Amino acid sequence: MAVTKSVPRLLENPHTLCPGCGHGIVFRLLAEVLEEEGYDQKTILTLGVGCCCNMNPPAWKGDVIQTAHGRAGATATGVKVGRPDLLSIAYQGDGDAYVIGLAETLNAAYRNEPITVITVLNNNFAMTGGQMSWTTMPGQVTVTSPNGRDCDITGLPIKVPEIVASFENVNYVARGTTISAAEINKLKKYIQTAVRNQIEGKGYSMVEVVSPCPTNWRKGVADCAAWMNEEVIPYYPLGELKNNNK
Amino acid sequence: MKELWKGNHAIAEAAMRAGCMFYAGYPITPQTEVGEYLSGRMPELGRKFIQAENEMAACYMLQGAGSTGMRCMTSSSGPGFALKQEAIGYLCSNWIPTVFVNVIRWGPGLGSLDSAQTDYFQATRGGGNGDYRLPVFAPNSIQETIDLMYEAWDMAEKYRNPVMILSEAALGQMMEAVEFPEFKEGPKQSEMDWVWDGVGDRHSFNHGTPLYVDKPRRVREKIETMQENEQRWESYLVEDADYVCVAYGLPSRTTREAVDQLRAEGIKVGLIRPIMVWPFPFKAFAEIKKDVKGIISIETTDAGQVVEDVALATKKMVDGNVPVYGLYTAQKVVRPSEAVAFIKRVIAGEEKEVF
Repeated sequence: MAVTKSVPRLLENPHTLCPGCGHGIVFRLLAEVLEEEGYDQKTILTLGVGCCCNMNPPAWKGDVIQTAHGRAGATATGVKVGRPDLLSIAYQGDGDAYVIGLAETLNAAYRNEPITVITVLNNNFAMTGGQMSWTTMPGQVTVTSPNGRDCDITGLPIKVPEIVASFENVNYVARGTTISAAEINKLKKYIQTAVRNQIEGKGYSMVEVVSPCPTNWRKGVADCAAWMNEEVIPYYPLGELKNNNK
Repeated sequence: MKELWKGNHAIAEAAMRAGCMFYAGYPITPQTEVGEYLSGRMPELGRKFIQAENEMAACYMLQGAGSTGMRCMTSSSGPGFALKQEAIGYLCSNWIPTVFVNVIRWGPGLGSLDSAQTDYFQATRGGGNGDYRLPVFAPNSIQETIDLMYEAWDMAEKYRNPVMILSEAALGQMMEAVEFPEFKEGPKQSEMDWVWDGVGDRHSFNHGTPLYVDKPRRVREKIETMQENEQRWESYLVEDADYVCVAYGLPSRTTREAVDQLRAEGIKVGLIRPIMVWPFPFKAFAEIKKDVKGIISIETTDAGQVVEDVALATKKMVDGNVPVYGLYTAQKVVRPSEAVAFIKRVIAGEEKEVF
């Protein structure tokens, strides 16, 4: 039987993300999941500050709150207080959620707020031109680690989903990637499970997406994938870190 | 029947009665009792209380809930209130009605727990980025705090803007006999025409025009409308006064006693008490007589803050180059005897004008 795949209503307008960026894929998956679950007009998306700002309207046709850098975990908490009947989803990059917003991210998870957090990990502060993030890999060259990241003095790449998974009452934590069609299909499942977790009132859920940044890595798309396979994904293992539903 | 209530508890109960559905905050002396009271009282009435991880997070929780049209508030003091400044800018930028309670303690930095008005500039000028203003209520009694709290959300929703209740340590900690108004409800979230409701885009509009269209002009119009419509003050013996004192909050109570003492001696002194400190009550200065000899700001600051607004209002509303003086009593509310002595020195030409 033929299957028609149409562009989700939430993404009818063009976006301004760079070619090869993972964000576009993640937003597409999120839009598909929300439409399939019947929540595309019953969701308030809280955007952090960074490349995800590109998805402010008109790029995302749903309801969007633009919050301050790092504070999406708190804002999404408030959204759920104000409208418990809607889905409250925070969408952030790693600089936003894991560096400046580490407190808000961990505290919202710690309290098991009934929200869903999607973080896109691309090993740098992309919007401001590729500075070092807490997820930058050892030796990785960025504009603020020009000689390669020295982890002795800047810390090792942070694994926030592993910390969140250690909070006993958090229900669902997963890490996916946009690196291949097979992984994209798995990632969609993770996002769907996280969203259903909230719909079913099971508390906090988080999905991290390991994602390429060709512009700031100064790599072609194929080189991005090769580097992710060699270095990033072995350090950041994929899969469901925690699923209390099973 | 009147009951004895502590200022901070009264703020919290008045907020409940005004329709507050959500409180988020972080403990800091001398306002901690606001959150303590609400932590029990909110769930009792099926409302929401969150002890936030810090003051910033509390404000962004308000951004989320306020965007859906829910009546919500936070409270803090001193360095805690400094942390809220970033978020106030975001709330103003997105036109989100919310209520902030600021029980000032002496600063800067960790400062002390003494009662003060040293965050007057922060309250009236703002510490966040961008050009914005907050209507700031400045009660001088616990009953007035209750009454102003009761209308805070109405004003916030009228202008789609955060508003502030400006209290001070002693006013939060002391007890007075008060009466509370009946419980009331805010407008239904679903009936507000601008809220974030999951569908998208409606919130971008205000009365039919997208918020981002011609925003600087619209911000200016909003600020000018608030300035025109929301000035509030109490005048006491101003019309025939040779010297007019200006004081808000607790110092206004002791200054009024000083005015009475001087009047008893035949010295014609009056008092303007701002009830809102932003917009500052310029209109109150129109009552001052033409040959007034001096205007005196009496405030609990170290080096003078309110005096600048007093000077601006004097320049705009009073003819001639009338001198403006300042009495600053830092960590303690002025005593009537101190105010009397200062005013007598002004009359004797022994005090130098500030402006």
